[in-house]
Amino acid sequence: MQGVLANDMGIALVNIFLLAILFVVAVAIARMRSLFAIVMLSGIYSLVSATWYVAVDAVDVAFTEAAVGAGMSTAVLLGAMLLTSRTAKPEHLFSRIGPMLVCVATGAALIYATVDLPALGDPNSAANTGVGYTYLEINWYDTGIPNVVTPVLASYRGFDTLGETTVVFTAGLAVALLLGFGERSLAEMIRREDKGGARTKGKGQVPTAAKDEEPS
Amino acid sequence: MNADHHVILRVVSKGLIPIIILFAFYVQFHGDFGPGGGFQAGVIIAVAVILYALVFGVPAAMRAVPPAFTRSLAAIGVMIYAGVGFWAMLQGGNYLEYQALFHEPPGEHHGQHIGIMVIEIGVLFGVSGAMLTIFYAFAGRVAEIRDEDW
Repeated sequence: MQGVLANDMGIALVNIFLLAILFVVAVAIARMRSLFAIVMLSGIYSLVSATWYVAVDAVDVAFTEAAVGAGMSTAVLLGAMLLTSRTAKPEHLFSRIGPMLVCVATGAALIYATVDLPALGDPNSAANTGVGYTYLEINWYDTGIPNVVTPVLASYRGFDTLGETTVVFTAGLAVALLLGFGERSLAEMIRREDKGGARTKGKGQVPTAAKDEEPS
Repeated sequence: MNADHHVILRVVSKGLIPIIILFAFYVQFHGDFGPGGGFQAGVIIAVAVILYALVFGVPAAMRAVPPAFTRSLAAIGVMIYAGVGFWAMLQGGNYLEYQALFHEPPGEHHGQHIGIMVIEIGVLFGVSGAMLTIFYAFAGRVAEIRDEDW
């Protein structure tokens, strides 16, 4: 009994510690003006939340968060940051009041909603009694795959995952159609290099094609 | 590249990128047994190429992994995934019914393993291709990442 109690205490401390880091990072992001620091801090935010997902036993979610949130979106935001200025404009005090009210109202609604949520790992909660429990029971007979997340994702919910893959593909296609494939600057640069021979390209020498397509 | 004070960055990332891609394949093919799968592996591969682009410049990355290749890869991935569904239909089952792939009775798992493996490869192609297409769309608009941008 003593051991169980101490274990619960340790988990609670880990949760409080990680959530406190998340809170501090979020406040720092909200107060910061340098976009580079904000991108880095949002990567740290994702990494800490991935750690927290591991602490609540959601390993697959943690993996995805670490790969997408901390890796991919940080890299894409760094790429996007090159197109804009390095710092955010400071706003007036009055223009902050509206967003502040929205945040407080949303936060209050969410905290009110948590009152009705079942406790973490509650065996009688809706997530653990319905189809989720059935998957855990029949998965081994049906598919013979040890990690139950993979058959749920790919076999039982194969249609959903096909839809998700299509969504990702459509997102890539839409961005490419809106922004262009980014090939024009490359083609220009390769042509220049091939014509000019080896390594004549200097620093800060921007190809003309890339200049032409800058947003006005 | 010219007078180069990112030499440590370049040397370290040159060693790291193959390991990152190797880890992505581990995540891909170990997804049946541990955390991971096609989506995560696709993102990790995309991040490896993006790291290359950030350190060595976008044109170098575009020459190694051309944009035409990435967007074809995304389309091919979705086609592989959808194709498994049609394969199951050709074998007389329902769409994406892996059990029908090799006409197995319930309780045998060959079709499930193969089907999930193939669709995960489709997800890998689709996700890494789409992510790289998005990155190229953003990063291709600036010619080169200058030193002041770091």
